[in-house]
Amino acid sequence: MLDDFFVRAMVAGVGVALLAGPLGCFIVWRRMAFFGGTMAHSALLGVALGLIVDVNPILGVTAVTVAVALLLVALQGRDWLASDTLLGILAHASLALGLVVIGAMTWLRVDLLGFLFGDVLAVTVTDIVVIYTGGSVVLAVMAAIWRPLLALTVHEGLARAEGVPTFAVRLAFMLLIALVISLAMKIIGILLITSLLIIPAAAARRFAGTPERMAVMASVIGAVAVVLGLHGSLYLDAPAGPSIVVAATAVFALSLIPIPGLAGRAHRP
Amino acid sequence: MHVRMSKTGDVAQRGGDAEPLLEARGIGVTLGGHGILEGVGLTVAPGEIVTIIGPNGAGKTTLVKVVLGLIEPVTGLVRRRPGLSIGYVPQRMPIDPVLPLSVARLMTLTIRRPRAAVLKALEETGVGGLIDAPVQALSGGELQRVLMARALVRDPDLLVLDEPVQGVDFAGEAALYELISDIRRRRGCGVLMVSHDLHVVMAATDQVVCLNRHVCCAGEPETVSRHPEYERLFGRKAAGAFAVYTHHHDHAHDVSGDVVPIGERDPGHTHDHTHSRTHDHRHTHDHDHTHDGGRDA
Repeated sequence: MLDDFFVRAMVAGVGVALLAGPLGCFIVWRRMAFFGGTMAHSALLGVALGLIVDVNPILGVTAVTVAVALLLVALQGRDWLASDTLLGILAHASLALGLVVIGAMTWLRVDLLGFLFGDVLAVTVTDIVVIYTGGSVVLAVMAAIWRPLLALTVHEGLARAEGVPTFAVRLAFMLLIALVISLAMKIIGILLITSLLIIPAAAARRFAGTPERMAVMASVIGAVAVVLGLHGSLYLDAPAGPSIVVAATAVFALSLIPIPGLAGRAHRP
Repeated sequence: MHVRMSKTGDVAQRGGDAEPLLEARGIGVTLGGHGILEGVGLTVAPGEIVTIIGPNGAGKTTLVKVVLGLIEPVTGLVRRRPGLSIGYVPQRMPIDPVLPLSVARLMTLTIRRPRAAVLKALEETGVGGLIDAPVQALSGGELQRVLMARALVRDPDLLVLDEPVQGVDFAGEAALYELISDIRRRRGCGVLMVSHDLHVVMAATDQVVCLNRHVCCAGEPETVSRHPEYERLFGRKAAGAFAVYTHHHDHAHDVSGDVVPIGERDPGHTHDHTHSRTHDHRHTHDHDHTHDGGRDA
């Protein structure tokens, strides 16, 4: 079954979507969309470094995104620079640097579009193993930090006053984002990873009355978007990443249609 | 209960009482090179309501955060009674509508409690019917009561309330202060709260700490309201309104309208007062520099 490139892409894509659900919810709840985007943009630099030292790109990407996350933590909270400015600088500087480094390696033929927008054809059995092994680790850590992370998302000072080790939990969450970005890169591409995190989560809000249900719904919606998007990509000969994102956006648009009596409304009527 | 003013402006230890729940001494905090607090002290005894008042930027919330251990002070120390459990209600609680969160869930974010205990705490603050409501649907007054119940579900020895009547209309405000003193009476817990309401708080509190980066004055409400530093900070008229209020406990609602916001005080008058009183005040407090800083800010 895994001999078929399309089945491999589907299995890998659904795995990534399942991971993206709960993480994406927290990114939406914590208003970290731009933060996630910045880490994703820096992934190309990781790819370049991975090529230079000749290791699996996932390792290079994880190393660079983790470094960028730590840099953001260190630089954030200074009053001389607004945090969105800082994120913008890091996002585009690292993306540009990655492009420059890859461009300079004239001896290598690099499928840049594949890294930027995802490449269905390139998914190997090894990738699937990596995604599902790494994904299990991500979900296990996520489950372990779920309650404290939710508490500090609601109110960080309150959580800390009530004994939550907020710094450690926040750091763990950022490392998980870095890991998911490197796992998702091949399927959806660096430039569009954030959308797989935030669009299914946003679409899930209407259908959820608890944080947990919203996370599960986001995973389901993400998986549906992957299946629809990959089929679309196959039939229209379109790149995989954008097709998945278009499918996810279509689901999000559907979720906006008012249905009376739907559970999980944000406001009292 | 008798209160003395100590040399640093601390609320002095009351003789014969039980061990204080909380004691802060000589607290100094600087942020980005600016002094936020200097030489601040306060004590909360069991069953006592202590209110921190002061103008905007006086460092009230900072002091609360120091007491809670959220900010490490540069100088001074905080001593909590061993095993002290604190119920904290923060100043702001913005909850994004994109996060589906019920009241019951909010109550048990960092502590596991059976639903019956959650309901009991909500009933204690008069909002038992809201246990399954989405948090975003609550009004300002409902949210404050839910947050207070959230603090109570931890069975606290000390309640720390940062501006508990924020976003609440006047009738609701009086009811909330009533609720706070009921809780204290019922549970015998200490209460440390921050407010910039003057007269209403004055009536519902045992000790007042008037803060403007340093402790301007502290003590029982009546003493503080007559203190020249209090008049300087809040204006004569506000102080006067309080004086009237204390003599007519039944008319809280009528008198309230007379309170003059801090910004509206007459600078000429204030200045006059400061000059005429500064001298003897210096002897009590011993920190001229902070005064100057306070005025500039």
